[in-house]
Amino acid sequence: MARAYWALFAGQFRSVTAYRASFAVELFSNLGVIVFDVLAVLVLFSVTRTLGGFTVREVLVMVSLTACTFALADLAVGNIERVKTYVRSGRLDTVLLRPLGALPQLLLMDMPLKKVSRSLFALAVLAVALHLAGVTWTPARAALLAATVAGAVTFFGAFFVAGASVAFWWVESGELANSVTYGGREFAGYPVPVFEGWFRNTFAYGLGFAFVGYHPALALLGRADPLGLPAWSGWAAPLVALPAAGAAAAVWRLGIRHYRSTGS
Amino acid sequence: MTIISAAGLRKDFTVRVKAGRLRRERRTVSAVDGVDLAVERGEMLGYIGPNGAGKSTTLKMLTGVLAPTAGEVRVCGLTPVAQRTRLALRIGVVFGQRSQLWWDLPLRESFGLLRHIYRVPSADHAARLRRCRALLELDAFLDTPVRQLSLGQRMRGELTAALLHGPEVLFLDEPTIGLDVVSKQAVRGFLAELGATGDVTLVLTTHDLADIERLCRRLVVVDHGRVVHDGTIEELHGRYGSRRVLVADLDAPLPAGFAVAGATVEAVEADGHRVQLSLDGGVGAGTVVAALAGAAPLRDLSVREPAIEDVVARLYRS
Ligand SMILES: Nc1ncnc2c1ncn2[C@@H]1O[C@H](COP(=O)(O)OP(=O)(O)O)[C@@H](O)[C@H]1O
Ligand SMILES: [Mg+2]
Repeated sequence: MARAYWALFAGQFRSVTAYRASFAVELFSNLGVIVFDVLAVLVLFSVTRTLGGFTVREVLVMVSLTACTFALADLAVGNIERVKTYVRSGRLDTVLLRPLGALPQLLLMDMPLKKVSRSLFALAVLAVALHLAGVTWTPARAALLAATVAGAVTFFGAFFVAGASVAFWWVESGELANSVTYGGREFAGYPVPVFEGWFRNTFAYGLGFAFVGYHPALALLGRADPLGLPAWSGWAAPLVALPAAGAAAAVWRLGIRHYRSTGS
Repeated sequence: MTIISAAGLRKDFTVRVKAGRLRRERRTVSAVDGVDLAVERGEMLGYIGPNGAGKSTTLKMLTGVLAPTAGEVRVCGLTPVAQRTRLALRIGVVFGQRSQLWWDLPLRESFGLLRHIYRVPSADHAARLRRCRALLELDAFLDTPVRQLSLGQRMRGELTAALLHGPEVLFLDEPTIGLDVVSKQAVRGFLAELGATGDVTLVLTTHDLADIERLCRRLVVVDHGRVVHDGTIEELHGRYGSRRVLVADLDAPLPAGFAVAGATVEAVEADGHRVQLSLDGGVGAGTVVAALAGAAPLRDLSVREPAIEDVVARLYRS
């Protein structure tokens, strides 16, 4: 089975690298987003000394942690949004005729290799931010970081998949579903106390974005939540990731059943 | 042994249609409307019907691509949608308008990838590929990227790709659509060869009757999502009163007003020196020939068997 998926990946890799020059350009044209994230924080702090009670170094940890896990999720499953072109053109037929799962096939067939560079860059920025914030490393904190990255990548990945599944019902779904995913990314990177009211409650606790960025960052930095959530909430990323992944898988499966191909 | 069975198979599509300037109405189209079908192992089945009859939709339900709105389907003892990946290992599918191949890779590499995807032992793979290479004459373009192949070459590649894992059933949806005459012949010849071995059950949809005339003994004719005929070509002729045509060349013009029981004069050509008569079912050619010979001296005679085109055209009209 693994060989089968590997073959699929190899096919994609060879196809992409057949156009060597454009592949090289794409590898490096993908770093801008991360640079922009960091610049946005610096601009904010040029007008204020603290944000929701946090310093620039602390906010940089939150922002870069989210940027990094989001970039990894985007690398792994972000291209699932292309499923809408497969649905619209009916090319999903071909995918469904193969003896492999539809979701892994689509991911491997469209592996955005160019996003590798962005993910590596984001990891480097996170490392610098953690260093600047003076995090004191203990085995528990290292484990927390690993669990958070795994949880947050799964969590964001679930949003990508669920968002892309909308195309099964609504071919002209456009960017609506993505706006939740990308909105959540922006939200997760900033201290929750900055936001207010229903907006905060919906994104932070309803959808769970606070538990993949802000709360784990607090635990890494050794700070208590000004809003009073217990310390273990810093470990909650895998906890919110599991139901999110389960829900996304269910929506996806329902979507495949709902697929109607095109007349031919 | 029955390898494909369908009972009461239905697929409805809801479509939005314009109703007035801005209003759009939802309407339900029954693309497949209660199809019953049983195919035996080793059979070659022609599934024919005009465009929009529901052929492709039926095939998609048999192969697990589309979930039926209602009805029962079993293929190779499996339920297509629920057991899609298991079924995929046991069937081969060629959709005339979709490609299974990697656009940017040479055929040879596509075949190699498919070997892993279908987990085929390499000896089996090599043997099957060797056979396809010989029968479909692939060698000339085996190392050309798929995007540079002609449609006919690509279709030969698609056929190979669908057979490399040794499927029990091969589904072909309009495999000759858009092909040039030579490629059409190559594909038909290959399928005839394949069917003759009896190892593979073949289901072929087409709106081009020449595809199946020599290939498939059994025909299922569909129209508006319903099966309107299921049987042999001969049964089709018998049931829909297809008529044999008698063509006679005469030494003298046929007298005006000539008539004979059991036959109809269809055409009189060459100043009355050539006539075409269609014979009613059950009428022997002999009595008609005798009547003709009495009216004018005969020079030559031929009897043409009915073409399925004519039958099917009549079927669609009724
Ligand atoms: N994905 C779809 N959405 C809406 N209508 C469809 C779809 N696929 C097929 N149809 C309709 O169903 C009918 C049967 O189509 P199809 O099975 O492709 O016919 P055939 O293959 O016999 O030409 C047609 O009226 C077609 O317009
Ligand atoms: Mg069709």
